Amino acid sequence: MDISLQEVEYRYQANTPFERLAIKDVSIDIPSGIFLAIIGHTGSGKSTVLQHLNALLKPTTGKVMIGDREVNAEKKQKNLKAIRQRVGIVFQFPEHQLFDETVEKDICFGPMNFGVHEEEAKKRARIAIKQVGLSEEILSKSPFELSGGQMRRVAIAGVLAMEPDVIVLDEPTAGLDPRGRREIMDMFHSLHLERKLSTVLVTHSMEDASKYADQIVIMQNGQVYKKGTPNEIFSSPEGLLELGLDVPEVVRFQQKVEEKFQTKFSQTCLTVEKLTEEIASMVKRGEQE
Amino acid sequence: MSKKQLVQLENVSFQYDSEDRFALKNVSFDIYEGEWLAIVGHNGSGKSTLAKLLNGLQFPQEGSITVNGMTLNEETVWETRRLIGMVFQNPDNQFVGTTVQDDVAFGLENNGIPREEMLERVNYSLEKVKMAQFLDQEPHQLSGGQKQRVAIAGVIALRPSIIILDESTSMLDPRGREEVLETVKELKDIHKMTVISITHDLEEAVRADRILVMNKGELYREGSPEEIFQMEEELVQLGLDIPFPVKLSKTLKEQGVFLSKHFLSEEELVAELWTFHYKK
Repeated sequence: MDISLQEVEYRYQANTPFERLAIKDVSIDIPSGIFLAIIGHTGSGKSTVLQHLNALLKPTTGKVMIGDREVNAEKKQKNLKAIRQRVGIVFQFPEHQLFDETVEKDICFGPMNFGVHEEEAKKRARIAIKQVGLSEEILSKSPFELSGGQMRRVAIAGVLAMEPDVIVLDEPTAGLDPRGRREIMDMFHSLHLERKLSTVLVTHSMEDASKYADQIVIMQNGQVYKKGTPNEIFSSPEGLLELGLDVPEVVRFQQKVEEKFQTKFSQTCLTVEKLTEEIASMVKRGEQE
Repeated sequence: MSKKQLVQLENVSFQYDSEDRFALKNVSFDIYEGEWLAIVGHNGSGKSTLAKLLNGLQFPQEGSITVNGMTLNEETVWETRRLIGMVFQNPDNQFVGTTVQDDVAFGLENNGIPREEMLERVNYSLEKVKMAQFLDQEPHQLSGGQKQRVAIAGVIALRPSIIILDESTSMLDPRGREEVLETVKELKDIHKMTVISITHDLEEAVRADRILVMNKGELYREGSPEEIFQMEEELVQLGLDIPFPVKLSKTLKEQGVFLSKHFLSEEELVAELWTFHYKK
């Protein structure tokens, strides 16, 4: 399912003295099957964009196409459930939303709320729990007996059990240790491939964006500052740095070396391996001279 | 000059009611006045339990904790809490005011600070965390990172001798994190505060004077950032990571590039490459 934001503007508390412009003139295409990363500062409008992806917010002007549904300011929206079942959002710290007696009931809540029969929901729960890397035995436990990392996985399983076409991840690794972070991101990446999902990742991590995303959107002051592939985005890091945005460690380091040595590498390195190769060959050339 | 011990932990063990294993096992260390101490470890290593014990939210079943000469127990807890300000991970769990300035004022009001001074401290702290233009905003309109900066303002307004950052920058973007850490550093210097940062973030840990590594409830190692990050693969096995310059030093060496050591800072690594390979 394709989603596209077309010249979207959103104002919080519009037509009140507290009105505040959050995003304007935002156009983003999210074609089916893409892995898209949205990056920006705190307050850049990332979260506002995210809430438009399943019509939690309606644009003040412009429109959002979700599949063949148009969401705009004028139209009275009916049956938004259908949209929300197809676009699953994993919010920050999703484990705080767990509430039921058992893990199974918690995972089944979403699908059953969307009219899925109990038997079918249970079947989906068994599949989802394995996809997030936990064993079936956990289904009968209380979610509150689990560790933080396990709880997060259960919450994610709850979103997967709705069988969405699009999964939206809002800082999914916040608070996890480095190993947990790698494991969760690898998990989302393989789910993305196996389930042929569209994945939208809202993140601060330039490393994750450059490693996993097909396309990156950079938000700044409520607007789209730049769009492109990781290579396009990071091949000219100067602009990003001027805005006070980060670039991946490898890119930042390459830049420092290029500056010091007054040279330019043949390409922008996005992995430690590539960067090591480039530096090693530069240094060896230096030794021969 | 001998350093003054501000906090002492002696053979501290702690177990949650619902758990079979100990969250902390026989942990002993000192915290010195004016230092920046980082406590690192994987999720579930006991880091956050340590924070709760230090603030008297829980009490150890075995061993003792002494804060500024007072043994921490149910009688002394209120007094020790005046010395320790704590900033938690999730800002949504610590917002109490209906506006930003009310929230920062809350703790001051609780402590009976006169109104004049209260206003001054509220403005000062909010300016320090770059939230002064949000005085009358309601918390729900702020983003996670902005809320966290307000929470930090609330703590620094109380001028505690010790500030504990319990993963408090984990929800901030890189610039926000930098601002907050710079702010804490500045306040630490001005007010001679002691900072305990509990973190997975290696760039945060590298700034510390000293690092404690926790593993499965035990104190695994203690040392300077330089010493700790020479552990390399061992850190990865502990669920942690290696700072980027160390990682790159290692792969460069494997590719036959001569380096005198593995570097903790990018600048030093660039300088070393330059010195050895171009300035001959």
